[in-house]
Amino acid sequence: MDLVDLVDRKHRREEERNENGEVTFAIPEFKTGDLVDVHVKIVEGDNERIQVFRGTVIQRHGGSSSNASFTVRKVTAGIGIERIFPLHSPRLAKIEVVRRGRVRRSRIFYLRDLRGKAARVTEKRDLRTAEQKAAAIETEQ
Amino acid sequence: MKQLVGRKIGMTRIFDGAGREISVTVVEVQPHVVIGHRTAEKNGYDAVIVGVEEDSKRRAPRQIAGQYPENVSPRKFIREIKLESTPEIGSTVDASVFSVGDRVKVVGTSKGRGFAGFVKRHHFKGGPNTHGSMSHRLPGSIGSSAYPSRVIKGVKGAGHQGNQSSTVKGLRVVEVDAERNLLVLSGCVPGWRNGLITISSDDRGKA
Repeated sequence: MDLVDLVDRKHRREEERNENGEVTFAIPEFKTGDLVDVHVKIVEGDNERIQVFRGTVIQRHGGSSSNASFTVRKVTAGIGIERIFPLHSPRLAKIEVVRRGRVRRSRIFYLRDLRGKAARVTEKRDLRTAEQKAAAIETEQ
Repeated sequence: MKQLVGRKIGMTRIFDGAGREISVTVVEVQPHVVIGHRTAEKNGYDAVIVGVEEDSKRRAPRQIAGQYPENVSPRKFIREIKLESTPEIGSTVDASVFSVGDRVKVVGTSKGRGFAGFVKRHHFKGGPNTHGSMSHRLPGSIGSSAYPSRVIKGVKGAGHQGNQSSTVKGLRVVEVDAERNLLVLSGCVPGWRNGLITISSDDRGKA
């Protein structure tokens, strides 16, 4: 029995629901290359507010452990900003996938060397028709 | 004073209530069976003799076998620990001796490094690697010449490192899970995984 994992597991964030059974927090499925909005709780004195950090996921690290993290990169006023978020941090209020990206590797650090239009990630588009999608969901279930 | 014997299992990272990350060590504390007592009148100090971890493979040495109370199988380790209460012989003591927030110190055996050189053992800088240097990991001078004509005692040198008792003070108990025999301590503890450690309350600054 892996006792470390036992402790670990308690500190991984799972789907959280309120009294009405509505999902209040869930880690969505997202990959390197995706454009995400990370809603971070920020404590200022006694106040708590939420700040949104929007950027491209350039790496996911740590798999399924409670140590897992992901790195988000955005470019503001020509300056690249990267933030590393612990995936299971209680300070994350929400992770939202804005756009899926099509990338060919799991770590897209080459983005750091690119500027302007070259530093874009192509969108991964779902080209299936509505019927095909419905069929795919059906077979999954 | 509260004491328990456990095994270091490994480390991980968890979040506290405020969202801060803390590095923690998971320690397995199996139930201790009380085998006997040391009393102030008889022995000059108070302590509880406990046995930890059932030992089904070996028979207890005859000198020790008779010490076990009835219905208690031999244990791998027999230790004297200090506790605030005096539990009955034959009863068990578990991880719940400690509560969350307690300050503790941990005594363990550090990882053995064998015969280690100056650089590893005392963080000497060593010599340059290039430019014709022939003194890469050598100590350099270890003293003066004609006077005193000997090496002063206590000069740092190469030698055996690690595999000796080591104490870490000021750790905090982060979680107690008596059901699963687990203690989670903030920070790191000496030794390899599965190494035997003693966890005591750290009563510094208390009367």
